[in-house]
Amino acid sequence: MDKFEKFTGRVAPLDRANVDTDAIIPKQFLKSIKRTGFGPNLFDEWRYLDQGEPDRDNDNRPLNTSFVLNDSRYQGAQILLTRDNFGCGSSREHAPWALADYGFRVIIAPSFADIFFNNCFKNGILPIVLKEHDVDSLFAKSGDESALELTVDLSSQELKSAHGAVLSFDVDPFRKQCLLEGLDDIGLTLQHQDSIRAFEEQRRVKAPWVFGC
Amino acid sequence: MNPRTLYDKLWEDHLVRTEKDGTSLIYIDRHLVHEVTSPQAFEGLRLAGRKPWRPDSAVATPDHNVPTQGRASGIADPVARIQVAALDANCEEFGIQEFGMDDARQGIVHVIGPEQGFILPGMTVVCGDSHTSTHGAMGALAFGIGTSEVEHVLATQCLIQKKSRTMRISVDGALAPGVTAKDIVLAIIGEIGTAGGTGYVIEFAGDAIRALSMEGRMTVCNMTIEAGARAGLIGVDDTTLDYLNGRSQVPSGKQWEAARDNWRNLCSDEGAEFDKEVRIDAASIAPQVTWGTSPEMVVSVTDRVPDPAQVSDSLKAEGMRRALEYMGLEANTPVSDIPVDHVFIGSCTNGRIEDLRAAAAVVRGKKVADNIVQALVVPGSGPVKEQAEREGLDKDFVAAGFEWREPGCSMCLAMNADQLKPGERCASTSNRNFEGRQGKGGRTHLVGPAMAAAAAIAGHFTDIRELQGS
Repeated sequence: MDKFEKFTGRVAPLDRANVDTDAIIPKQFLKSIKRTGFGPNLFDEWRYLDQGEPDRDNDNRPLNTSFVLNDSRYQGAQILLTRDNFGCGSSREHAPWALADYGFRVIIAPSFADIFFNNCFKNGILPIVLKEHDVDSLFAKSGDESALELTVDLSSQELKSAHGAVLSFDVDPFRKQCLLEGLDDIGLTLQHQDSIRAFEEQRRVKAPWVFGC
Repeated sequence: MNPRTLYDKLWEDHLVRTEKDGTSLIYIDRHLVHEVTSPQAFEGLRLAGRKPWRPDSAVATPDHNVPTQGRASGIADPVARIQVAALDANCEEFGIQEFGMDDARQGIVHVIGPEQGFILPGMTVVCGDSHTSTHGAMGALAFGIGTSEVEHVLATQCLIQKKSRTMRISVDGALAPGVTAKDIVLAIIGEIGTAGGTGYVIEFAGDAIRALSMEGRMTVCNMTIEAGARAGLIGVDDTTLDYLNGRSQVPSGKQWEAARDNWRNLCSDEGAEFDKEVRIDAASIAPQVTWGTSPEMVVSVTDRVPDPAQVSDSLKAEGMRRALEYMGLEANTPVSDIPVDHVFIGSCTNGRIEDLRAAAAVVRGKKVADNIVQALVVPGSGPVKEQAEREGLDKDFVAAGFEWREPGCSMCLAMNADQLKPGERCASTSNRNFEGRQGKGGRTHLVGPAMAAAAAIAGHFTDIRELQGS
C-alpha cells in the first residue's frame, strides 16, 4: 500500500444519508476477479442514464448531468463529503476499490458503516468522522461557484481550508500509523506467528471440535 | 469473576494478543468462502507466496453468481463463469473444501454452514459477506469482512480488531399468531434505525427470541447487519443443541457430550452489563412491510405509507421524498393497496425449510393473482430443496403458479439472470431494499415468507393474519 501523504484536494459534496455499497458499485461489476478498474463505474446507477455492464465502454454512455460527480466544478475531486452511515450494506471491498480507482483518498461524513470504514483503511483511503455541524458548514462552502479545496494532513490530524480555517479529527493510532507508513497488515500479523501457534495449541485442547473438520 | 456478556466470553476465548491501545489479534475458527469476494484474496496470497494458515478451517461454495435454472448447460454469463471457475481453481490449489455448483450440498454460504454443522457454538466465524451475522444464532461470534481481511484470515488465521460495545435487545412476551422472526427484526430496525447498531455487537434476548426455532433465530441475526451492528448473538439453549445434534460436522459420542457441556455456558451471565439496553414488546409487533429504499423505512401491513410532510428533520424528509419517488409511491397510501408484480421467496434471510413451509401453507390449493408476472421460490441449499421436495412443497408452489428453482442467492442481489426490470415491484423475503438491489430501477418491499406468499395470491400486500384467520 502507498504511504498516505499530505495533499490538497477538491471536495465533491454528495448530499445523501445512508449511501449503501450497492449504490457505490452495483452488483454486475462484482464479477471481476481484479482489484482495479472499478472507477468508471463508481455510483454507476446515479452517474449514467443507461444500464452499465462490465464489458461496456463507459466513455460514450449518457451522463446524468444532475449527479454531483458530473458537475464540472468537482472534476478531479479527491475528497468526498457526505452524510450519515456512508457505506452501509454489503461488505464488498469493491466499494473502496471503486472510490480509490476514481481518485478519492478521503471521505468525510458524520458517521460510517462499520465494515466499509474498516475496508477503507486497507486501501489507503482515510475516512474522517466530523461533527454534524462541521459537515453542514463544509456542505455550505462546497456549493460555492468554485469548489472547496481542503488540505488533509494525517500526521497532525487536521483539515485546512485556503482561508486558514482548521478542523481537527480523530483517528485510531494504529490505523494512522499503517496509513502513514503504508504498512501491510498481513506482514505485521505474521510477526506474531509464534503467539498465534501457541494460542492455537491451547485452543486445540480446549475445543478440539474446532479442528480437523 | 464479574458477570460477563456472551460477547465478552467469545472475545476473551479468542484473544491472541492485545496492544496497549486495545488493538487486538483474535483467532478465527471458521472461514466461509464464496466466489465474489475471494478471487482477489487468493491472488494476494499467490503474489506474496503465502499459503493458507489452516485450510481445514475454510469451506467454500459458489452462490452469488450461479444460475437457478438450466444448470446442466453451465453458466451462460461469461464473466460469472470465469469467477465461479476461479473459485474452483483456487480451492483446488489451496486445499480448501468446496461444494461446487453441481454438488448436492451447494447453496447459499450462510445456509449450508449451519446445515452441515460447520458452525458450532463458541466459534469465531468470518466470511467476505455482510450476512455472516447469521451464525450468531448458534452462539458464535460471526461477522462479515472485506476481501483484504479474507486474505488476512487465510494467511494468518487471525484478524486485527478492537472490541465492540454491547447492546442487548430484549423482545419480551409472545408474538401474535402470524407474526414471524422477519417481522421481529424488521420492527427492530424500524425502531433503532440502520445505523442504530453501529459499533455494537447486539445480543437478542427475551421470551419471543427463546421461542424461535433456529431458522427463525438465523433470520433475526442475519439482518443484524441491516441495523449496522458488527454481529448479532443469541445464547445457547436446548433449541440450539437439538438443532446441532447429529449434523454431519458436529462432534458425536463422548466429544458431543464434552462440547455440549461446554456450550451450555455460552450465554450472558446473570447481571452482566451491556452498554445499551433496548426492550421491545413482542405483542406490539404486526407483520412488517418496507415501503422505501432502506430497511429502516418499514411499517406494519395495517399502516399507510408515511408522509415526509409530517417529518420535521429536513434531511430525513428529503431522504423519504427521494425514496417515495424511486418506489413510485404516494404518501398516505394504505400498504395493503400496494400491488406487486413479482414475488421472490428465498435468500440467506428466508431460504430455509421452515420459510418454505410457511410460504407453501399459504399458497396450497390457490393460484397466484393475474397481475403477478413472476413468482420465484429459490431454496437456500440443495438439502433444503431436497427436503422441501420430500414434503411435496415444490408441487404446492408449482400448482399455484410459482417457479421452483435451484439454490443460490438469486434475486436477493440479482447478480445472476434473476432480476427485476425498471419499475417492477417485488414482494421479497430478502434483506435489502436499496435502489437497484434487485435490478436497476426495481422496487423491493421486504416481507416475511408467508406475507410474500400472501401477496402473490392477492396480487397486493395483505395482512397474513386475516388470511389465516379466514
